Amino acid sequence: MSDKIIDTNKEYKYGFTTDIESFKAPKGLTEDTIKFISKEKKEPKWLLDWRLKAYKRLKSLKEPNWQKPKYPKIDYQDLYYYSAPKSVKDKPNSLDEVDPKLLETYKKLGIPLDEQKRLSGVAVDAVFDSVSVATTFKGELTKKGIIFCSISEAIQKHPDLVKKYLGSVIPLTDHYFATLNSAVFTDGSFVYIPPNVRCPMELSTYFRINASQTGQFERTLIIADKGSYVSYLEGCTAPMRDENQLHAANVELVALDDAEIKYSTVQNWYPGDEEGKGGIYNFVTKRGACRGKNSKISWTQVETGSAITWKYPSCILQGDNSVGEFYSIAITNNHQKADTGTKMIHLGKNTKSKIISKGISAGKADNTYRGLVDINKKATNSRNYTQCDSLLMGNKCGAHTVPYIKNKNSSSIIEHEATTSKINEEQLFYCNQRGLDQEEAISLIVNGFCKEVLQQLPMEFAVEAQKLVSISLEGSVG
Amino acid sequence: MLELKDLKASIGEKSIIKGLNLHIKSGEVHAIMGPNGSGKSTLANVLSGKNGYEISGSLKFEGQNLNEIPIDERAKKGIFLAFQYPIEIPGVNTSNFLKTSLNTIRKSKGEKNLDTIALLKLIKEKASELNINEKFLSRQLNVGFSGGEKKKNEILQMKLLEPKLAILDETDSGLDIDALRIVADGVNSYKSKKNSFLIITHYQRLLDYIKPDFVHVLSDGKIVKTGNSNLAQELEKTGYKNFN
Repeated sequence: MSDKIIDTNKEYKYGFTTDIESFKAPKGLTEDTIKFISKEKKEPKWLLDWRLKAYKRLKSLKEPNWQKPKYPKIDYQDLYYYSAPKSVKDKPNSLDEVDPKLLETYKKLGIPLDEQKRLSGVAVDAVFDSVSVATTFKGELTKKGIIFCSISEAIQKHPDLVKKYLGSVIPLTDHYFATLNSAVFTDGSFVYIPPNVRCPMELSTYFRINASQTGQFERTLIIADKGSYVSYLEGCTAPMRDENQLHAANVELVALDDAEIKYSTVQNWYPGDEEGKGGIYNFVTKRGACRGKNSKISWTQVETGSAITWKYPSCILQGDNSVGEFYSIAITNNHQKADTGTKMIHLGKNTKSKIISKGISAGKADNTYRGLVDINKKATNSRNYTQCDSLLMGNKCGAHTVPYIKNKNSSSIIEHEATTSKINEEQLFYCNQRGLDQEEAISLIVNGFCKEVLQQLPMEFAVEAQKLVSISLEGSVG
Repeated sequence: MLELKDLKASIGEKSIIKGLNLHIKSGEVHAIMGPNGSGKSTLANVLSGKNGYEISGSLKFEGQNLNEIPIDERAKKGIFLAFQYPIEIPGVNTSNFLKTSLNTIRKSKGEKNLDTIALLKLIKEKASELNINEKFLSRQLNVGFSGGEKKKNEILQMKLLEPKLAILDETDSGLDIDALRIVADGVNSYKSKKNSFLIITHYQRLLDYIKPDFVHVLSDGKIVKTGNSNLAQELEKTGYKNFN
């Protein structure tokens, strides 16, 4: 095997910075900062009060430290909580008014926003630092009664829906980072699918961090009304910087009777360099409530970026016969760390959950699956199936599986399977002997390992995700 | 085509091949027989470039020294190894693997890339010659295959990739008579003046179906006797004890 050490970052195509004048809130986490954000966004009083309540609560909370990846203390007073390109300050009404520099940025990221070149069948909301800069295909969606816009816009135009559902899945008081987000969240997407409507295209949000020393506090809220269906995908990138940047998002999903939400993430935040310097701290709270009977929420995540990924997209299976699914690929290379998994809370009768987790660890990275399956007393005849597979490449990386399982009734069944394996020299030899070079062989084997999860992604993104899986591991076997 | 001179191979302190000379010309079929531990599979691995061996001596393929050439480059030059224990690769669809491999090898030969439809047609055609069921192509590579299916899959790959030198490492082991015949027919139908075979086996029975031009006895890392196909029959009677 070759001894070459490849700088994985040469493959981080999204590490550039856009030189654009930005408008920021003063540094620091204070009541004034929160008031500043709320004022900038022309928010109603109830929302400002809500934020301040969260802030008050935050002061009594401690940062959690039970997770596997440790990190240096974050100085919350040394961060910017709001940064927006100046040109977006007066929100452009159409794409023609969007700053060309921003359009150029998204074009470079492979997300063309202009009318002619948009991805067909995919509507995109583009979030740059703290603000949404554009949303495509709005007109067509509106015809069906679908609302797809930034959360800031939804607060202005659909306050009743926002008021009803915001914080209904992740309460204000939830935990440190979720509460921090509730106090200072800036932008994200809002989706509402009316009853019995099947959303005709993929909805997608593209998050970009650009400004330095700035935290991104995304807030996304998706509501699928009775009998509706939506597939939503988010992508994320950030410039290469020596500093660690915080992305603390809250994502709430609500599925009413017979509704289905499919939520996919392709996370490719800057992972830091090969020495572990820089990279995003991706501390995210994602939770979905299957509130209605026969509802379904399916999370699919491909986590390849970030210095630290710390998230547990979860499902609260409240409605009878509701279904929760979690499909995950977490790839860590160099010094990256991931502590990720899911929580499946079974409350309704005959609820089902399925967890398929594929962790791949290379270099000096550490990868933990942590998950909770909690079947409550009244959730009779419920089922869970969990499969956690870990793949190790080299001798310096780690893989851990930490399942928590609670079953409080006797009619439910929980299954848990876990495997850990090393990438197999014999498999590589076999592929090489058939003419595939080392990178091609690794890509093939790892994509095979991840197949059950990759299959869950919307077609438009599956190919990209496969490439990303390969790129993330380049040079990892040496 | 292949010329080995004083070839030595060792793993760490342990020397396995201890000065081996062999010359295989185009169109020839050579069989290597020998007891367990004589270095037969090591020879197959060394020829295909597997990592982990210390190599000395000369290893030439079509006049070119192979020593520094990695596994995949050797495969592209036309060296094919039918594995004794074909490797399982979960999640990888068999026909996708065949397509990827075939186009990679074709590209290296300067042949044009075949599209999916043409590739599938070719694969199915060759598969049916080997009595391989089409369903088998949509299964995960070698996962849950029976011994016979795995070996047939190796021969299928050989026929698709059209190597110049095919090394068959105990392809006959674990095969019933019917499968053995199919595998042998597969080899015989591919045999031509332009390509050569190195057949590694314990037993003479495969050589009833594939007639070798030369039979070599390998013992303790060296070729200790060379003869024609009669030598194989002789060995079947007397065993390897005379060569230990």
